[in-house]
Amino acid sequence: MQVGLTALAVAILALLAYFFIRLIGQSEKAFSQFGLSFIFGNDWDVARNIYHGAALLVGTLITSAIALLIGVPIAIATALYLTELCPRRARAPLGILVDLLAAVPSVVYGLWGVFVLIPKLLPAEKWFASTFSFIPWIGGGTPVGPNYFIAGLILAIMILPIVSAISREVIATVPPENKEAALALGATRWEMIRMAVLPYARPGITGGAMLGLGRALGETIAVVLVIGNAPVIGHHLFSQGYSLAAVIANEFGEAANTPIHSSALFAAGLVLFVLTLIVNIIARWFVARGNRKHGGTGTAAATEAPAAAAPAAAAGEAA
Amino acid sequence: MRGLLLVGTLIALIPLLLVIYYLLHKGLGALSGSFFSSDPNGNFFGDPGGTRSAIFGTLEIVGLATLISVPIGIGVALYLTEYGRDSRFGNAIRYFVDVMTGVPSIVFGLFIYISLVLGHVGGSGFAGWKGSIALALLMLPIVTRSAEVVLLLVPDSLREAALALGAPRWRVVMRVVLPTATPGLVTGSLLAVARGMGETAPLLFTTAGAFALTGSLNAQMNALPLQIYNDILSPRSVVIQRAWGAALTLVALVLILNLIARLVSRRSRMA
Repeated sequence: MQVGLTALAVAILALLAYFFIRLIGQSEKAFSQFGLSFIFGNDWDVARNIYHGAALLVGTLITSAIALLIGVPIAIATALYLTELCPRRARAPLGILVDLLAAVPSVVYGLWGVFVLIPKLLPAEKWFASTFSFIPWIGGGTPVGPNYFIAGLILAIMILPIVSAISREVIATVPPENKEAALALGATRWEMIRMAVLPYARPGITGGAMLGLGRALGETIAVVLVIGNAPVIGHHLFSQGYSLAAVIANEFGEAANTPIHSSALFAAGLVLFVLTLIVNIIARWFVARGNRKHGGTGTAAATEAPAAAAPAAAAGEAA
Repeated sequence: MRGLLLVGTLIALIPLLLVIYYLLHKGLGALSGSFFSSDPNGNFFGDPGGTRSAIFGTLEIVGLATLISVPIGIGVALYLTEYGRDSRFGNAIRYFVDVMTGVPSIVFGLFIYISLVLGHVGGSGFAGWKGSIALALLMLPIVTRSAEVVLLLVPDSLREAALALGAPRWRVVMRVVLPTATPGLVTGSLLAVARGMGETAPLLFTTAGAFALTGSLNAQMNALPLQIYNDILSPRSVVIQRAWGAALTLVALVLILNLIARLVSRRSRMA
């Protein structure tokens, strides 16, 4: 049995390596033709068969950054409220509701984004852009329906439960002695959170936010529906754009008969894969460091997304 | 400050309430007898048809994905807890499984497209079973990570007692460890199934979608997320209404799975 299970584990590693090599093989054509300008050049033109994908990478980074800016503070607030302040009886139901955000499939968020969020938010975006027209990049310009902001907002909603659940997990490991010591010294509830809870939980929360980032970078269907799919670098927050994942999903069908086009899409997939891999490795490092610093709480504590730590605690999601 | 944190929590819940409200508001009207009993037909005029093939397609594809990912996922978890708990190789496997959870689902779709669809493996290009494998890759790390945690909760004293009675290792696993951990394993697997059920991107490149109902996993297949995605892009309001109905159906399925998972885990004493 030991031999069999070891072979199984090895087989999975080998399979992943095989997939990775095949993906590199398929992207080779695009990389050999466009070289580094596939990543840094800004000219994605299907009609002329030129694939310089800077606009895609920029779109991926902008939307993910918006998602972090909106999602992480709310996720941390939720985690702090649920672990430190919330009445005990409301704790479990509220936690379940936040976790359920992760159970909604991305295509449903896309549907909701297209037919509810985009039309309802457009007036507010127009007001915002004209009122704050003096702020570069945010103001000016005329907002269009699908844009970076909408995509970032939906991504924020999608990463919120992950970041919140990991933060909750980490905050729960703060030793009560630390908190009691702060309170005994006369700290208010808030000062106790700031002085005892947050410093202790910071590496874990950082890791959680980075896992959320990894999720946002790779999200496809919700983004392709609301980002506008224009292969240009948008000049402000409310302009249309494109993302690495979106371009693959959107142009996949038409690319099937043009080898260089499909190779460019595989290359976009490779860039995306490597990007998320790096973000995830850094995130794991942060979470693991947070754990080790505090003497380690075993595999069950915070080395992994909460669904793994407490299958019952997190719904439909394992980051 | 307390107020601020409360406001943050309430803001976090707004999207969930809004999504559920709109799903019920726009989706309930689409549900009718023919919604569940007829297939989408792709006609540009008249009745667009229902979602029967999508619902059955989702059940078939996810069913096969579950059959693949759950045994393998639990097998890897067993290796990690029973044999490789502190070994260097075990830690490496654990690390790669962690990394797998962060791979975007669309990349799994590309993997399968390149290695199975392009080469027409099995005689056809796009096929339901290829979608199942893509979903299985996505579900595998979820199953493994949750199973590992549950298996670690099985007290070592139970293992030692069985070993002391002279049971071989494999028998300890089959007769003591697995039965003790069953409720937790079921919970983790159900959550993985719920996750796989809602994925669109991996299916886009592997099963590709279809209109008609098919029982053959070696043919192109429809699935709920695929149909929702395609319907959103349609200019017809009837079709968009069908998308809301299908979305309501999909969310209901996912939430029911979540609910069952919770009930199972509540019944277990251990977790």
